[in-house]
Amino acid sequence: MSIKTTAMTAKLKFKEKGGDIKMKKSRVVNSLKIQFPAKSANEAFSRALISSFAAQLDPTVEELCDIKTAVSEAVTNCIVHAYDDSVPEKKKIIKMHCFYDENNLLSVKITDNGRGIEDVKKAMEPLYTTGGEDRSGMGFPIMQSFTDELKVKSVLYKGTTVTLKKYIGKTNYDI
Amino acid sequence: MEMTSLNKDGKMVCCLSGEIDHHSSRSIRDGIDRLIIQNRPKVLVLDLSSIAFMDSSGLGLVLGRYRKMRECGGEMFLCNTNERTLKILKMAGVDKIIKNIDCDKEFMRNEYKDNSNDSQTQI
Ligand SMILES: Nc1ncnc2c1ncn2[C@@H]1O[C@H](COP(=O)(O)OP(=O)(O)O)[C@@H](O)[C@H]1O
Ligand SMILES: [Mg+2]
Repeated sequence: MSIKTTAMTAKLKFKEKGGDIKMKKSRVVNSLKIQFPAKSANEAFSRALISSFAAQLDPTVEELCDIKTAVSEAVTNCIVHAYDDSVPEKKKIIKMHCFYDENNLLSVKITDNGRGIEDVKKAMEPLYTTGGEDRSGMGFPIMQSFTDELKVKSVLYKGTTVTLKKYIGKTNYDI
Repeated sequence: MEMTSLNKDGKMVCCLSGEIDHHSSRSIRDGIDRLIIQNRPKVLVLDLSSIAFMDSSGLGLVLGRYRKMRECGGEMFLCNTNERTLKILKMAGVDKIIKNIDCDKEFMRNEYKDNSNDSQTQI
């Protein structure tokens, strides 16, 4: 726990200086790439997948829940928002790229080739949704608060990539 | 996903279990709404204690049922919400809008024991 606090402080200091979490170039230890159709049944699948992958880092229950929830939000967004009905089923694809490095920094990149987001900053605001009354507009805020870093890259009519980064388990931060 | 519901004296308790995400939330929503129409409760209690996972799709589900109950002049509470689920609810300030009450499960079971409206629904 204390290690984590140190890490968070270090991270915050780093962020204040305007940096991303890239304190030290570190080697990727393991990675996984997978692609699946943007079907809602795959939401649970994506959670199972990230759970098994992150398990290699010996996460706490809390950390595992956090990363599972963040991934679930990102994958759900691809399913709910990225593709409209005019897109042929075959092209409704989600790509997930997971990897972690020597510092136990887990990264998950979730990519769709959908409509893209016109104003990412606005989309990330709490309660902002284009999804009607079943959506809460809390997906991005949850991703943000449950990870150490959230990056959203979106190109209109091309697609969106969400990158989630989180330190897992015991960490050794050499900054 | 399984839902147990208890209904008596205008009070209905729905115990949800399993995972609430965008995929599962639709059938849960339909299940609860069907029971609301059937039983017309004055008070709806959603028991989220056995929820193994919930993301922001659960917020829409909970707030939607809250709105529905209020529209019919009723009330809604959450009960025995676990830490994890509470964390999600708090993110959207739902904990401030919908009261979370503690219920003794044993008490509820006894209270509703001889009620023919009880149902176990696989949804
Ligand atoms: N992958 C995506 N493709 C297109 N639009 C997206 C995507 N992800 C998010 N958005 C947009 O950002 C908004 C906010 O997303 P989010 O915070 O997850 O809330 P919600 O999913 O409840 O609408 C969405 O309503 C949608 O307009
Ligand atoms: Mg969302």
